[in-house]
Amino acid sequence: MHISEGVLPASVLLGGAALTAAGTALGLRRIDWDRVMTVALLAAAFFVASLIHVPVGPVSAHLVLNGLIGVILGWAAFPAILVALLLQALLFQFGGLLVLGVNTFNMALPPVICHYLFRKALTGTSTPRTGAAFACGFLSVLLSASLTALSLGLAGEGFIPAAQSLLIAHLPVMVVEGCITALVIGFLYKVRPEVLDFSAQATR
Amino acid sequence: MLDEPFSEGTSYLHRADPRAKVVSAFAFAMLVAPVRSLPMALCAFALALVPVVAAQLPLPRLVRRLVVINLFILFLWLFLPFATPGETVWSLGPLHATAEGLREAALVTLKSNAIVLALIGLAATSGITETGHALAAIGAPRKLSLLLLFTWRYLHVIEQEYRRLLTAARVRGFVARTDKRTYATYANLAGMVLVRSWDRAQRVQQAMRLRGFAGTFHRLYDFSTAPGDRMWACAFIAFTIAVLVTDIILRHGTPA
Repeated sequence: MHISEGVLPASVLLGGAALTAAGTALGLRRIDWDRVMTVALLAAAFFVASLIHVPVGPVSAHLVLNGLIGVILGWAAFPAILVALLLQALLFQFGGLLVLGVNTFNMALPPVICHYLFRKALTGTSTPRTGAAFACGFLSVLLSASLTALSLGLAGEGFIPAAQSLLIAHLPVMVVEGCITALVIGFLYKVRPEVLDFSAQATR
Repeated sequence: MLDEPFSEGTSYLHRADPRAKVVSAFAFAMLVAPVRSLPMALCAFALALVPVVAAQLPLPRLVRRLVVINLFILFLWLFLPFATPGETVWSLGPLHATAEGLREAALVTLKSNAIVLALIGLAATSGITETGHALAAIGAPRKLSLLLLFTWRYLHVIEQEYRRLLTAARVRGFVARTDKRTYATYANLAGMVLVRSWDRAQRVQQAMRLRGFAGTFHRLYDFSTAPGDRMWACAFIAFTIAVLVTDIILRHGTPA
């Protein structure tokens, strides 16, 4: 879901960069020096999770798990996703330096929204709420794909069909993401519940 | 997979100041984005070839990298020529490709490849560590550059952790299919990678605190700015500005 460099007009690029800068500044304020390492390693883990290709019928989709990032990190998801996407730009040249603002915003805003919507339902209870966890994974990919389609649509009238099919192509990914997010949250509940509580510890 | 194939080399560009390289790559992307005319997009593409040629990058890997990146562009080619309003030049059943649509698609292809080539030639010829320090030196927040350096430092460790878990699953007869069991296995795998990263972060954090880490990261080398660095960076950016200015003049007619 990376938009390549050279596709979007300058106005969209600058808007995305400004929004990402604001989100990242907010996120960095939530990370004190003792937690930089934890956020960095979680960012690395999510980068690696995006290398996992899950078969969906005849094709495969890679995991995004940005809903889960949001539940765990909250606003800190902005700098974490920015760093992961910057590494992808520098290592694989997916996306680019200038379009990084738009791509980060598209991938990082939905997790923050999911954080506020689902954190209460997903932490603090004695049993994980599978439905909420599924909705979290599903919704964050739905919103990310919608934002990506929207930024592509803003590039011009000719881009609208491409944007629409991009959104439709991501429908199965949303279902897979919902299932995997629900399962991962269930796993973390059993194995290391404090991971899910990270953002609560950070603001304490 | 996670190596830096273009960062190894002995060319002038590999030894150049990473700060100058990052700034030029960024400026190039910013100045080429608003270009709207085909000839000037072609000029930008030619300009982007200069650092790539100067860095003497391995051609097969470069081509492979470009092919992967152009998949997104190929996806746009499926839609752009038929969706842009304009004069029909070619029809396929109900679909009509317009001259304007083809032009737009060609423009996007040229610009996108130009910016990616500049990024490979300028930014990918430094290691990530150098680039991270360079970003901090040109004004990125210190916490953010630390985040980048730490993530990069442990990316390989976590990736090996993942491969080990995957191998363990395969040894036990795991085959990926579209079923509940596969999804549960992958979810547990991802969950375990997260748990391992979490535990490692606690250990590293403790070790760093023990050694008195207070937010500064000491570099083992210093940036060396050769007098030529500033010159070539300025020249490169000046040429890019010239491309953009020519493009604007071409579009709005010559100023009186």
